[in-house]
Amino acid sequence: MLDVRNLRLQYGGIQAVKGISFDVQCGEMVALIGANGAGKTSTLKALARMLPQATGRVQLNPPGEAAVDLMRLPAHELVAAGVALVPEGRGVFARQTVLENLKLGAFRVKDRMLVNERLENLLERLPRLKERATQLAGTLSGGEQQMLAIARALMSGPRLLLLDEPSMGLAPIMVERIFELIISARESGVSILLVEQNARLALKVSSRAYVLESGHITLSGNSAELLQDDRVRAAYLGDAIS
Amino acid sequence: MDIFLQQIINGLVLGSIYALVALGYTMVYGILGLINFAHGEVVMIGALVSYSVMMVLVPSGLPPVLLALISVLVAAPVCMALAWAIERYAYRPLRHAPKLTPLISAIGVSILLQNLAMMIWGRGYHAFPDILPAIHFDIGGAQITLLQTVTIGLAAATMGILAWMIQRTSLGQAMRATAENPAIAELMGIPVNRIITLTFIIGAALAALAGLMVGANYSVAHYYMGFMLGLKAFTAAVLGGIGNITGAMLGGLLLGLIESLGAGYIEDLTGGILGSHYQDIFAFLVLIGVLVFRPGGLMGERVSERA
Ligand SMILES: Nc1ncnc2c1ncn2[C@@H]1O[C@H](COP(=O)(O)OP(=O)(O)OP(=O)(O)O)[C@@H](O)[C@H]1O
Ligand SMILES: [Mg+2]
Repeated sequence: MLDVRNLRLQYGGIQAVKGISFDVQCGEMVALIGANGAGKTSTLKALARMLPQATGRVQLNPPGEAAVDLMRLPAHELVAAGVALVPEGRGVFARQTVLENLKLGAFRVKDRMLVNERLENLLERLPRLKERATQLAGTLSGGEQQMLAIARALMSGPRLLLLDEPSMGLAPIMVERIFELIISARESGVSILLVEQNARLALKVSSRAYVLESGHITLSGNSAELLQDDRVRAAYLGDAIS
Repeated sequence: MDIFLQQIINGLVLGSIYALVALGYTMVYGILGLINFAHGEVVMIGALVSYSVMMVLVPSGLPPVLLALISVLVAAPVCMALAWAIERYAYRPLRHAPKLTPLISAIGVSILLQNLAMMIWGRGYHAFPDILPAIHFDIGGAQITLLQTVTIGLAAATMGILAWMIQRTSLGQAMRATAENPAIAELMGIPVNRIITLTFIIGAALAALAGLMVGANYSVAHYYMGFMLGLKAFTAAVLGGIGNITGAMLGGLLLGLIESLGAGYIEDLTGGILGSHYQDIFAFLVLIGVLVFRPGGLMGERVSERA
């Protein structure tokens, strides 16, 4: 689905992403883990074309369709190509209602029936959002905002979902709800690239993972195996090596 | 004659015009955080183009209402094209520059447009022909002319449509989203640059209408009119809470009323020392007052974003 080759990014003189390559297969959830400042957010923003200075080859390969060179698209065309980013810090429109936020997610979907269908379906599954549909998004709790941000991304009917630390700052019960939503999206066929601080959680829900360390990918592989890897356990899972 | 009521009527006319112009300031500020100081000049161009079109058409013997309609149909596209060019060439290249830079660019554009207008239309004051028959209605001891009635009604209708567009249509929602967070708006697939251009263009259409209204009501079209009018409308936008659409409408009306009532009573209040030609001081007293006591303006409070 997504094929990234030699992605590089710098801010002024600082190299934040130093030529990384990775891929996400169709219908797969892949995790990207790493410490603070490793370059995870930078990577996602580069994929979403929010940082035009990024270089490298980023290809979207939807099954049965022509490949799309994402690096040639302006940021506002990405969602139309089937890529939706849920940014770090949620990025809901605080001054718009929950319902308006959801509808904005489907801004590029011209089929009204389809939009309403998705809306009803999501609100049915997310009663907390349904109850607060006419409330301003800025009045929601952090967890509710995260839920809204993901639901809004799903409104666009993405093929590839980029998630930047969806569990950040949330209580365990809320994290569980959020991940139920994410996992059900994957089960319905959405490919997912998940960036997480919570490495244990990320490795549990993903099939493969990449470890990012100051702009380089230093480890990669099967998530279940990485969960047992001594280096990963020491650095990211807080386990003492016995 | 009831001076109080009369000044209320005059104030509503003036205020409607301020409100139309203030909307242009506030919409651009809301979306770019930029004070488009060239906006007053767009109103001036609108007024002068309207004037010229009418003058060309007067010999044709068309009814004056039709003249006004045609003139605004010409002036609006001219102003819109002008606003497009200003955004494209004076502001967009400076989008990521420090805040002061586009402000200087705005002043440059203002001076350029004033001089251009002076070259085309000269330094004189241009009197508009009468657009509507000089009919007036008596209400409670005061008079309102047909022109004033139409001015208020047209401004109200225009603002109603604008408010509806911003609150209810998907284009309006895209504008609100862009104003709140352009980077996230782009993620939603909103073509942010096009929305910004459109905001300038809509503001310019309102400015053209306001220009015609100024000319028709006060017969004061001249190359320098945009300066004071722009400052007043900017004051109105600040009074309402800059960036806030409802605020601009409210601030415009309120400023018109304050000026009008102030002008009506200043002579009595100062024992004849200051006459009604001192009416301009009220706007600037209001500006200073707002900046000192309520910098956010009347409607300036926003829902805070929670992390
Ligand atoms: N706008 C920017 N300007 C300059 N440097 C930046 C900018 N954004 C990020 N950086 C730098 O790039 C590096 C990677 O940052 P990034 O936000 O991608 O890290 P991250 O892995 O997402 O970290 P975290 O887990 O804390 O969110 C950091 O050193 C950061 O200081
Ligand atoms: Mg980050």
